[in-house]
Formats: sequence, C-alpha cells, structure tokens
Amino acid sequence: MDKLLDVKDLKVSFNTFSGEVQAVRGVSFDVNKGETLAIVGESGSGKSVTTKALMQLLPKPQGFIKDGQILLEGEDIVQKSEKEMQKLRGQDISMIFQDPMTSLNPTMKVGTQIMEPLIKHQKMSRAKAKERAIELLELVGIPDASTRITQYPHQFSGGMRQRVVIAIALACDPKLLIADEPTTALDVTIQAQILELMKDIQRKTESSIIFITHDLGVVANVADRVAVMYAGKIVEIGTADEIFYNPKHPYTWGLLGSMPTLDNDGYDLIAIPGSPPDMTDPPKGDAFAPRNEYALKIDEELEPPLFKVSDTHYAATWLLHEDAPKIEPPESVKRRMQGIANTGTAPGVAKDGEK
Amino acid sequence: MIWEESIWTIKLAYTLFSIIGEFFVNNELSVNFRKESTLYQEVLQMGRFILKRVVYMVITLFIIASITFFLMKILPGSPLSAENKLSEEQQEIVLEKYGLNDPVPIQYVNYLAGLVQGDLGLSFHFDSTPVTDILANRVGPSAILGAESLIVGVILGVLLGLIAAIFHNGVLDFTSTIIAVLGTSIPSFVFAGLLQYVFAVQLGWFPVALWKGGLEYHVLPVIALMIFPMAISARFTRTEMLEVLGSDYITTARAKGVTQAGIVFKHGLRNALIPLITVIGPMAVSLITGTLVIEQIFAIPGIGEQFVNSVMVNDYPTIMGTTLFYSVLFVVIILIIDLLYGIIDPRIRLSGGEK
Repeated sequence: MDKLLDVKDLKVSFNTFSGEVQAVRGVSFDVNKGETLAIVGESGSGKSVTTKALMQLLPKPQGFIKDGQILLEGEDIVQKSEKEMQKLRGQDISMIFQDPMTSLNPTMKVGTQIMEPLIKHQKMSRAKAKERAIELLELVGIPDASTRITQYPHQFSGGMRQRVVIAIALACDPKLLIADEPTTALDVTIQAQILELMKDIQRKTESSIIFITHDLGVVANVADRVAVMYAGKIVEIGTADEIFYNPKHPYTWGLLGSMPTLDNDGYDLIAIPGSPPDMTDPPKGDAFAPRNEYALKIDEELEPPLFKVSDTHYAATWLLHEDAPKIEPPESVKRRMQGIANTGTAPGVAKDGEK
Repeated sequence: MIWEESIWTIKLAYTLFSIIGEFFVNNELSVNFRKESTLYQEVLQMGRFILKRVVYMVITLFIIASITFFLMKILPGSPLSAENKLSEEQQEIVLEKYGLNDPVPIQYVNYLAGLVQGDLGLSFHFDSTPVTDILANRVGPSAILGAESLIVGVILGVLLGLIAAIFHNGVLDFTSTIIAVLGTSIPSFVFAGLLQYVFAVQLGWFPVALWKGGLEYHVLPVIALMIFPMAISARFTRTEMLEVLGSDYITTARAKGVTQAGIVFKHGLRNALIPLITVIGPMAVSLITGTLVIEQIFAIPGIGEQFVNSVMVNDYPTIMGTTLFYSVLFVVIILIIDLLYGIIDPRIRLSGGEK
C-alpha cells in the first residue's frame, strides 16, 4: 500500500514557566492511503499534540516542533513556512475537533463557514461554492440543506453541528482527515451516528483518517490500525486485531482491562494505578514502570526499544526481550479479549477481521 | 386627570400599532409573503420589540420628569434669589406670571400637561424664550461634538486594541496599554488644557476656543473628548480579541487555511465587538457629561454650557427641559444599542423580539 503520511521521530515541546514540557518524545508512525489509524491514550499522553503538530497548529509561541520529520507524500512539512501551511491546511489535511459547541464561529452563517475553504483553496465562485456547500451538508446527512446553510450554528443541535464540522473538513476532499476525539462531547446515540457517518464517508472518499480517542470501544469500531501512546511515546502499534486479541504491552492490557463491556459480570473493571509522569522531567527508564505491576529492574534504568512482534505489530516493553520472564496478560484482560471475540460486542473488530 | 390622559394616549398608541400589526399578520395577501420571507418575520419581530421598548421609554421618562420636578422644588433658593434689585411687588408679578405661586401639585400637573403637548415652558432667564427653542439652538454643537468624538474614539480604540491583541506582549501591545491607562485615568479637562496650551498657544495650529463653524474649531475639543472612549474601547477590544483568538472556532478557521488577516477581521473582530457594544452606552453618557466641562473650557455654545448656567440661577424650566432631553437621549441610545446587538450577534436576534 502507498504511504500517505510518514512521521519520523517527531518531538514536540512546550516552553512553560516551569521549564520545557516534552509533550511528544520521538514518535514514529505512518498512515497508508485509505486507512484509518487510531491513536489511543489517556489525557496528557501527547496524542492531540501530535496531530496539532501535523497541521502546525501548536499554540504559538510556547509550542514548537523540536525535532523530526513529517512527510506528507514524501514532502517534509516541518520545514514549510506559515504561508505554505495555510495552503495545505483545509486542502490536503483537515481536522475535526472535539467540541462541536465551540468549534463553529457563532456569528457566521454555517454556509459561509463551509464555503470559506472552497473559495480559498479551489478558487470557486460564491455561487459554485454555495452549491457545493449544500451538497456537503446533504452528504453528512443534514436534511433541508439549502435552508440550513443560511442559518447560524446556534440553530443546530450538538450532533448536527458536528456534522457541519465534518462537512467543513471534507470540503476540499482532503487526503488526510484528522479527527481529534470527534465523539467525546456527544451523547452515546449521536456518537454512534457520527462514527457511522465517518466510516461511510471514508468508503466514499477513500481519504486516510487519523482518529484520536481515549475510548477503545470507538477504536474497535473504526480503526484499521491502532497506536497506543503513553507519556509522549508510542508504546504499542499494530493492526486493530493485534491490539485487541494479542496485546503485548502492560499499558495496553491496562487500557483493555479498564474498558467496560456489557458482559463483565463477576470481573472487576481495572483501573491503572497512579498518574502519568511529569513531562518537564521525564523518567530515565520506562515512563510506565512506576505504574506497571510487571515492571522489571531494567525498566527503571533503560528505556525499552520497540520490539517486533510481527511485521505490523511492535511494542515497547522489556517483557518481549528474549531474556525476560514470560508473562501472560492478567486473567480479566484475557476474558475481555475473549468477550470481544465471542459476543462481538465490538462489531467493528469482527468486520475488520473479515476484510 | 393628566395622568389618565397620558395613560390613555399610551393605550391608544399601543392599540393602533397592534391593529396595524394584526392587519399585517392576518391579511390574506400577506400570508404567502409572510410564510416565505424570514426577513418579514424579522422585521415584524423587530417592530414589536421597538414598540414595547417605546412604551417602556415613555414610562421611564415620566418617572424621571416627576422625580426631577420634585427634587428641584426641594432645593433651597428660588429663581429670584439672585435678583435683589426687584421690589416685592415686581417679584410678586413675576411669580404670578410663571405660576410659581400655585401649590406644588398644581404646578406639577400643569407642567406635565405642557410636557405631553411638547411644551417645556418658558425660561426664567434669556428673555423668556421657550425652553424648546433654547434646546433647539444649542443642541447642534453638542450633538456634533459628541457624535464625532464617539465615532473617532471608538474606531481608534478598536484599532489600538486590535494592534495590541495581534502583537500580544510585544512593544506595540505595551504602548497601546499605556495609552489606554492614561486615557482612562486622566480627566478630559486636563487634556483640554494641555491641548490648548500646546497646539493653540504654542504651535498655533488650531484656535484656542470658540465655535465659528470651521472644522478647525472641532479638532481640539473632539480630541479632548475622544480620549476616554478611545481608551475604554482599546482595553475592551484587546481583552476580547485575545479571548476570541484563543477560542476553538479560531482553531477551526486556522485548520481551514484561513490567513492571519482573515482570522482577525473575518472571524475575530465581530465576535470581539459584541461586549464592546455594552460599554458604548455608558460611554455615550459619559460623553454627554464630559461635554458639560469641555464646552465650558472651549466656550462652545452647546447644551452643556446652557445646563450649567441654568442650574446656577435656578432656571427651573430650563433645568427640567435639559434633564429630560438628556434622559430621552439616554434611553434612545440604549434602545439603539439593543438593536445593534441583534445586528451583530445572530444569537440575540431571535430571542430579542419574542412575542
């Protein structure tokens, strides 16, 4: 498959009063054409910052890309000027944000907001752009689109607004769509609709999607591949099946164990103890070691490299070293993995398996 | 009797307007137009809103008139206290002529009766000219000065605030903040004196005072008066703009590839100006009181100068007339501001004119 995006050893930092916060500490991943990559992790793991860096939308002047390459179709966009980035944003890469209640301009008509990138990037006339805006609203499932484009965001419900945000992101047929927790602020029924819509759109437009979330249920639904992030690093990356059925990293076990399922009677919902490390002074060894009940002595001294599990599956834990004791994931996580496999509570996974 | 009369007038006006309104609502010819035109709906709502507000305004003015009237009567001194040249008989004649011998309630009723007919009474000084004539002759310079300084001040202030927000924490930001702080803390009459000394006496660019029609007579008083609204609007624009620039929908706009200029002027400005409208009301009022002093300093024959003089000599009808004039101005300004809100902020437009 063709590589659309190739991120190599990306490092992002923030200058704050208490020193440099290393939000992303050397992240490498790639996204193929037409593929959905989910980036999973708890708050502060650096997943949002990674994608903000992809679009160079880091808050200025505190945030900056310290090192690394972001190759979009082979071209490094870290080196691009603000002017060149403006041409890229909305055209090649676009973004769907977390909170639809605040991500639309309250004093601008919805139609105008959708038409803006069309007029800017595709040099469309206003009339042409308006036509396209109506098409887009219909595509994202908003009825009566020709009236709706003359309305303001406050006349839309939360789910409808997120559809509008998606329509804006799709306006110029971007090659890469970044969805930063697009369903977090929505209620569960609307979440399902929005996810369905995004899958549907991907089938139609064949764009690549980077899907950021902390909700593994959502991941199972949409992702082809999954990257698990912790403390500014990718600790495990693999296909959705590999992550759900054969997780190798204790942090991934923790995430899976803390995921509620419908049939978990008798099994505790496991919380990962402790909290993420202070990123102004990241630990010398494995950042997850203090919270990891399977931590080895070496974890405190030396950071584990990414061990290869299969061609597509890598995990950064010393447990995979040939000298390490063989440790199986805890019982409850195994049950949960089986639960997903047997009952199909995560239908997306089953579907992906069929492909 | 008069009270009933005015209430009756209000009722009549309201009924008339309602009938006209009903006619538009129920007339078959207009049904189709009404169904199709949201503009029609908006105009109708706006009409109802204004009508309601006008009724409130009349009530407010009635209350102000009553309070001012009785307060004035409580004040020590009489219109004749400065005129010790008159004999007792002459004084008696004068008091009789102006109805000042009647019991206070009668005077009050008579005054209101005149007021309803648009008669503000005769001035005790200035050769017994009707107060309405005095106001009409003097409103020109005050209105021009006030309007000029408000417009120039707000525009300059918004620009200053914008520059400060865009170059946040830069040299320009500090400069504009210093100007704003000086502008709010130094009273306008100090500026007036300084301006007269530097630009009129020393440099001789502009006339020191007086009002003879030429534009050069406007410059110094307008500068003195506009400092305050400029400083206030600069401060507000800066704060609001910074907040707006940090908001989610600005990130959305940047993610669409909108240029910096587009971000500031198309997306930011309108949202940043909404709170500013709130302070323009009090600012306009402070300009009115500001003119009292500035008109004295620059010897401008405006209402302010007139007001001060009439208070000095207990010229009841003129005090009443001027107070009412200011009150009308004030309530009209507030109404205009409320309407402006609707124009700038679409969220208020619908709720503002509810039935």
